[in-house]
Amino acid sequence: MSTVETELPEPASKIELPAHLGGGGEIPTFDVTLRVRRYNPEVSEESTWENFTMTMYGTDRVLDALHKVKWEQDGSLTFRRSCAHGVCGSDAMRINGRNRLACKTLLKDLDTSKPITVEPIKGLPVEKDLIVDMEPFFQSFREVMPFLVNRGHEPAKERLQSAEDRERFDDTTKCILCAACTSSCPVFWTDGQYFGPAAIVNAHRFIFDSRDDAGDMRLEILNDKEGVWRCRTTFNCTEACPRGIQITQAIAEVKQAILGRSI
Amino acid sequence: MSTNAIASPRSDSAQSPKYTRSKSSGSSFEMFAWLFMRLSGVILIVLIFGHLFVNLMVGEGIHAIDFGFVAGKWADPFWQVWDLAMLWLAMLHGTNGVRTIINDYAERAGTRLTLKTVLFIASAVIIVLGTLVIFTFDPCPPGAVIDLPSFCTVP
Repeated sequence: MSTVETELPEPASKIELPAHLGGGGEIPTFDVTLRVRRYNPEVSEESTWENFTMTMYGTDRVLDALHKVKWEQDGSLTFRRSCAHGVCGSDAMRINGRNRLACKTLLKDLDTSKPITVEPIKGLPVEKDLIVDMEPFFQSFREVMPFLVNRGHEPAKERLQSAEDRERFDDTTKCILCAACTSSCPVFWTDGQYFGPAAIVNAHRFIFDSRDDAGDMRLEILNDKEGVWRCRTTFNCTEACPRGIQITQAIAEVKQAILGRSI
Repeated sequence: MSTNAIASPRSDSAQSPKYTRSKSSGSSFEMFAWLFMRLSGVILIVLIFGHLFVNLMVGEGIHAIDFGFVAGKWADPFWQVWDLAMLWLAMLHGTNGVRTIINDYAERAGTRLTLKTVLFIASAVIIVLGTLVIFTFDPCPPGAVIDLPSFCTVP
């Protein structure tokens, strides 16, 4: 019989931390219940609530919980997500009654003692589960001409702009078109005719751009009866924006610009 | 090969709703309505608190208010203009406020039209009646003999 040579595994850390310093330790886990609004037009015209319970980590977001449900419990759960890091704006949803991005909402920041409600954003037609038809949203976005219009000669190099001129509309360049603002606006919920905060934010981005020449046309478009004057300054949009854009202020600036040009 | 092998997305299919935004009206009515709400609000603060102060605080205050007090005020063109401005601004301010609430909450075009018709008729009646009273008010109508205030000279 020969002695089997046992190889000791490498210790986790080469530096021994005293116990009182704590160190990294294990990430805490907890049980959460997701209460998801389900809708499948091929099965029923009625939407229903469905609960999913799972064990999640303190570093997990609502999107991770939705993934866990889709990958391990119910593959039919349908939701949009793309980059999963708060940039693409695909996964805006109504979490615990507030519009947020599922990929930017940590579970530990929510009340995990109660089920976390997840619904599709309001005011847009639901297609399946958490997916809504974004077409009405993009239609009003397109109407404000969200592109640079310049009537001067085409420059041979980039169009230069001073830092101060750029600062004027910096806030509204942050929009990711997630529709969290427009679908949190009670005026938009009524009939969907109001342009909505997102379209006005994107108009603001060009109206106050010193390189753009179509500001007057955009102001004319937003002077419509469904334009900026339907804003009731309830600040729902500003609170919902995952990028922290001061949306209500941007709408007020567009109102001022229309007034200044008419009077 | 069928050209329609993959079903088109719901938004483009025949049974999906059409998203047609209402045509632009091209008028600046909503802008002036918005501006009017701000300006009339500021003026109304002065008019209403002035009205309350003169009626309830000055002199004997609330105890002086009676038919004769109102008659005396409306004998003065200053208070006629004051009350007329207050009536018109408050009525138009309130009517426009309710109009926007109807626009925000009524979902069907028919409901909107009905509610706004009722609103505009009611406001018009109150404005016309109020204006008429302010300008034609006579505390001692000729021919009347009973229930006249003491300051009227009974013929």
